[in-house]
Parts: sequence; C-alpha cells; structure tokens
Amino acid sequence: MLEQYLGVAILMAISCAIAIGMVTATTLLGPKRSFPDKDEPFECGESQIVSPYQRFSVKFYLVAVLFILFDIEAVFLFPWAVLYQRLGWFGLIEMIVFLLILGVGLMYVWVRGGLDWE
Amino acid sequence: MDLFSFTDEFLIDLGLTLLKIGFILAVTVGFFAPVLTWVERKQSAIMQDRIGANRADIMGFTALGLFHIIADALKMFAKEDFIPQGANRLLHTLSPIIALVPALLTFAVVPFGGKYELWGHQVNLVISDLDVGLLFVFAIASLATYGYVVAGWSSNNNWSLLGSMRTASQMISYEVTMGLTIIGVLMVYGTMQLDEIGAAQENFWRWGIFLQPVGFLMFLTASIAENKRIPFDNPEAESELVAGYFTEYSGLKFGMFFMAEFIEMVTIGAIVTILFFGGWHIPFIETQDIIDTFNFSWLGPSIANLITMGIQVGVFFAKVCFFIFIQMTIRWTLPRFRYDQIMKLGWKILLPLSLVNIVVTGIVIMLLK
Repeated sequence: MLEQYLGVAILMAISCAIAIGMVTATTLLGPKRSFPDKDEPFECGESQIVSPYQRFSVKFYLVAVLFILFDIEAVFLFPWAVLYQRLGWFGLIEMIVFLLILGVGLMYVWVRGGLDWE
Repeated sequence: MDLFSFTDEFLIDLGLTLLKIGFILAVTVGFFAPVLTWVERKQSAIMQDRIGANRADIMGFTALGLFHIIADALKMFAKEDFIPQGANRLLHTLSPIIALVPALLTFAVVPFGGKYELWGHQVNLVISDLDVGLLFVFAIASLATYGYVVAGWSSNNNWSLLGSMRTASQMISYEVTMGLTIIGVLMVYGTMQLDEIGAAQENFWRWGIFLQPVGFLMFLTASIAENKRIPFDNPEAESELVAGYFTEYSGLKFGMFFMAEFIEMVTIGAIVTILFFGGWHIPFIETQDIIDTFNFSWLGPSIANLITMGIQVGVFFAKVCFFIFIQMTIRWTLPRFRYDQIMKLGWKILLPLSLVNIVVTGIVIMLLK
C-alpha cells in the first residue's frame, strides 16, 4: 500500500528540488539594482493610488460557495460511477433521484440569479 | 513495523521507478516545456503569415529559430528578481513553486505505455500505479490554484489581485465541470486506474471518443479553461490586467508560471489521450500482433516486448503532440471570451450538460446489458 506511493514521494521530492533550485538560481544570479521609484508596485506609470486590499465583488465568494456544493456532489458520484455496472438499475434510479435533488438546487440558484454576471 | 523490505525485487522496482521518473522529467521539463515555447511562437507565426522566431543564431545558424529556447533560458536566469514594495516576500517567492510542483506531480499516475514482460520482470509504464489514479490527478492539479491565487495576493498590486480573483473563480468553476464530465468515462470503464482505462481501449471501437463523444468535448473545453489559455485567459488578460496574477514577476520566477502552463498542456494531452483516444494503442492493431511481428527466434520474446514498448510509447507521445497542436490552434484561432461568458459556459451550459450526460450514459449502459 505505502510502497505504491513511493514513486509519488520521489517525484515530489525531485520536482520540489527543481522548483526551489530555479527560484534560488534566479534570486542569486540576477543583478540587484533597486531604487525607491522602481520598487513601487506597477500601476501604469502612476504611483499606487488605492491599496489592492479592500472590499471585493461578492460574486467571487458566491462562486466559491457554489463550488463546494457541487464539488461534493462530484465526490459522491466518483465511487458510484466506478461500481455502476455492478449496481445495475437500482444504482441508476438511486443516482437519478440524487441528481434530481441537486438539479432542483441548481435551478434555484439559477432562478435567483446566483449564476448571473451582469 | 516493516514498511519496506529491501529484497532484490524491491530494489529492481525502485530502480525502474527512478528510471521512469527520470524519463518523465526529461520529457516534460527537458523536452516539452522548452520546445513548446518555440512551438507556440512558430505556430502563431505560421498561422498569422509571419516568419517569426528566427533571430537567435549561433555563428549564423538559426535552426528554424530553435536557438530561441537557449536564448530565453539564459535571459531568464540573468534577469533581476523583482519583488515590489509592500509585497509579502515569502509568499511572493513561494507561489511559483506551488504552481510548478503540482504540474509535474500529476505525471506520477499518468501511464505512457502498457505492461510489458521484460526478462522475467513485469514492467508497468507508470510511475505509481495508484488505484485512485484520476482522483489523484484532480486533487493535485487543483492545488496549483493556490499558487496562482497567492501570487496575485502577495504582489500588493491591483492588477495582480484582480487576476488572481478571476483565476480562483474560473478554476474552481471548471473543476466542478471537469469532475462531472469524467463520471461518464468511469461508468463505461468501471475503474479509476488510468492504466486500466488505457488497456481497456485496445479495440478501436472501444475508444473513449466513441463511447463518450459529448464527454470528450466537454472535458477538453473544461481542461483548457482550467489551464487558463485563450479563449479562457481572463486571469492574465493582457489588454485589461497588464499580465494578471504574474504582473510583478520577473526572471525565472515568471518563467516558472509559463513552464507550469506548458507542462499542464502536456498533462491535458496525456489525460485526453488515455481517456478518449486509446492511450498507447494503434487503431486496429492489437498489442499481441506487434509482439508477434517482432518475435523472431533469434531475438527472443523480451527484445520483441522491448520493441513493442518503444513503438507504443512513441504512439502515445505522438497522440499527446497532436492534442498539444489542437490546443495551440485553438489558442491562436479564437478571441478571448468575456468573463461573464466564461462563467455562463461553465455553470449554465457545461454543468447541466454533464449531469444529463451522466444520466444518458447510465441508461444506455443498462439498455445494452
């Protein structure tokens, strides 16, 4: 069981080493010439007028909430799909009922305008 | 507890695993990532009737502009690493790593050939043959989202933050669709192990494209959106957000985001090939036929298997290259979608369609039984 993941662990170690090596190389090799104007964040030639850290459109957070709902639905579907051919008609009808309930949820969000972006 | 027993068998397996890892890294980091930067420029040049990428030369030789790869790499190493004022220096440095490592790590479960019997030893051309294969791909690939979001957030820049918010919303939206489109494939083949899905497609008419045509189109769309390439490149829209989440990146850190993108293109090509285009199989030719063709008495079965392995790995990567070509062509053909169109496509079209696809697949499988 654990031996299966040995390859994953080795690949992870090597790819981390590659990535960290790249970042280290670019930090060490490049020139370092900094002065106050250059260090400012880019803002089309202006000084930064507003800080980026402020209130943001709620739409983005709504999408995150919807994502959790529907991704969990997908998680439930994965084991069912693998076993589907053994479950037969019972499994199909069971899952259609489950999908219908979620479909109603999706319709509700849709009708209430949760999926609209202007 | 004895977790690993250091027997001969284990050492051979370890050696093979290291060989496979070496091969995968050589192919992705060593070959595809640099060559694709050139392919992208050259293909766009051809499509737009330009000459393109032909300036870098060594002693007058340009080699079709292939030396641009070396020039790009040298330039990126020599550039100043810039971190803006007020940025979170730790996260700013960390995020390219978080973006690049998952792109490489997904290859741990992607098979690039079948199982071959070589000198009494079973060789399975996948680094880790996990039974949760596809779930592993999704789990690891979605970790890259953190890299992009953290990159934008830590830069203390308005454009970066806008870009990273768009990235977050777009990537999680299309992750749902991607997960649901795959359900149909799992139902048909009854396994999540990628090498078993590939092996199940030896017969041409059992290829995923014939069993799940709608699933294929939706998966390709969702995965291009997941990789944030045109027409889904709003997170880095040059004409609106300067460069999106990597506005404040320079040098190789900037290059790492690009590397991650190109390696993800290879991943998409590989997954699509395995799920829908028969993996390493040649249409109408079974693996046993290839082995028999080369199985001369003076060569021995192992050599025949080795030749077969070479052919099938070649076929697999040829198919991957084809899907990279498709992605490049789409990128240079279509204009960028508006953000509301992207969200509408994901939530209002692809999501309901993938649910319908699941139900239809289920009914058809039951009726055919």
